[in-house]
Amino acid sequence: MTATVARLVFGRRRHALPGLGLSLGVTLFWLGIIVLIPLAALAIKPWELGVQRLGLALIEPHVLAALRLSFGAALAAALFSVPVGLLLAWTITRYRFPGRRVLDAIIDLPFALPTAVAGLSLTALFANNGWLGAPLAEWFGWQVAFRPAGVVVALIFVALPFVVRSVEPVLRDLRPDAEEAAATLGATRAQTVWRVVLPVLWPATITGFGLGFARAVGEYGSVIFIAGNMPMVSEIAPLIIVVKLEQFDYAAAAGIGLAMLVLSFLILFALNLWQRALRKGQA
Amino acid sequence: MSSLGQRADEDSVLVRWGLVAASLALAVVIFLLPLAAVFTEALRRGVAPALSAILEEDAQAAMGLTLLVAAIAVPVNTVGGLAAAWAIAKFDFAGKRLLITLIELPFSVSPVISGLVYVLLFGAQGYFGPWLRAHDIQIIFALPGLVLATIFVTFPFVARTLVPLMQEQGRGEEEAAATLGAGGWQIFRRITLPNVRWALISGVLLCNARAMGEFGAVSVVSGHIRGQTNTLPLHVEILYNEYMFVGAFAVASLLALLGLVTLAAKALLEAFAGRRVRAAA
Repeated sequence: MTATVARLVFGRRRHALPGLGLSLGVTLFWLGIIVLIPLAALAIKPWELGVQRLGLALIEPHVLAALRLSFGAALAAALFSVPVGLLLAWTITRYRFPGRRVLDAIIDLPFALPTAVAGLSLTALFANNGWLGAPLAEWFGWQVAFRPAGVVVALIFVALPFVVRSVEPVLRDLRPDAEEAAATLGATRAQTVWRVVLPVLWPATITGFGLGFARAVGEYGSVIFIAGNMPMVSEIAPLIIVVKLEQFDYAAAAGIGLAMLVLSFLILFALNLWQRALRKGQA
Repeated sequence: MSSLGQRADEDSVLVRWGLVAASLALAVVIFLLPLAAVFTEALRRGVAPALSAILEEDAQAAMGLTLLVAAIAVPVNTVGGLAAAWAIAKFDFAGKRLLITLIELPFSVSPVISGLVYVLLFGAQGYFGPWLRAHDIQIIFALPGLVLATIFVTFPFVARTLVPLMQEQGRGEEEAAATLGAGGWQIFRRITLPNVRWALISGVLLCNARAMGEFGAVSVVSGHIRGQTNTLPLHVEILYNEYMFVGAFAVASLLALLGLVTLAAKALLEAFAGRRVRAAA
């Protein structure tokens, strides 16, 4: 009733404040010029090849190998980031200990450190004479740098903060009631964490996993130094795009780019559905 | 209740310290060692070679270009982000969810693709390539291309720090001012801007850090002309590929410092504002 009266007096609610036209106009102009028109070019360009040649360009063995490596290594890195990210989020939200604030701040390092710097330093660390590479080679005979394993290591650095930062707010807002109730009902600590705390964290964990994965799939700067870029073995998909561009094969470059985007959106969409199902199950 | 043993709503001291130790160890290996490696490698032969690599002519040109690109890209995205946040938080309109998704889209696009899209438009064989050549305008392999690619990759930073905060703050104060006769700019300058200032500064800082550190997107549109279209991160790559490791790591440590200063400033701003700002994601 009051809302109706207010609407009669002030006109429609959206006109209560000035500036909708200007702000939305600026927003749409900015979005259109910088994002929408260029992405439209990406969506249109590949079809210049025709469906058949586009298909052939995508199933070229070294293109397929690169796509497999980019998506596989991103998946491995995001999976590794789940338990480690949960652990880090748990300790920085639940415990007070010396160095907690530094730990909390340093988790954002991969967001703030330029990717080329991360790539260079990870390569130095994991090379055969590096601080980590030397012991790994000597004790286990593992070589990480210039191998697919190096790609996974770089992508872990990229993906891990996304899991921590997605889970952390949920963990912080988690009310102690549920845990206390479980305790009162005779649950052990392990049971409480496993059956009460973790299920609440799953949707946020999936979000973090998805964000980390999406970022890792397209990552370039942190990877190309440590990957070694051996054809068919450690060449990532973004590198193939760069090579195709250098050969002025714009349509194939755009085709690979479009395929990467479509594939990662499909994966994110599937994760989104899974998450919704989980949330519904909890409600 | 707890007299017989461990309560189920808190962890034992052993578990607690075990988890803390594991977290610290992981953080050292994953985050601190890479950071330490940059500075160690840069200073491997002492301070003088590192300094001369930074002060050398091409490095200085790269630094100037990086500053110039950021000085254009960051204000553009700040104005756009403010406009978007104002429209989204202060008004109701159809398609708002879609608009937010589109604004965040650049975060899920590979940096290489972010550069590629502009080559498709403005490159020699791009859609506008022939027209640009006829009019003697160069975008790709020149400053405009670097700026466009940088605007693309840093596009969502300011908008995404402001939108949730401004939505949370609602429109009450602005509407009260409007009822009292304040004009649009007056409301924006006197009420909205002071309310979001810490978040705005955080967003701008993160946007700037990414703008100055971007590698993949600018690598695609740069053409790598030394002293002309080389930004600082691209200069690092060139030095590295020429086996000038000390120089590469010296310039890299400059960029690492930029990252560290950004992180520290962000932590300080969060302490001021009393709320967290998400760095990315």
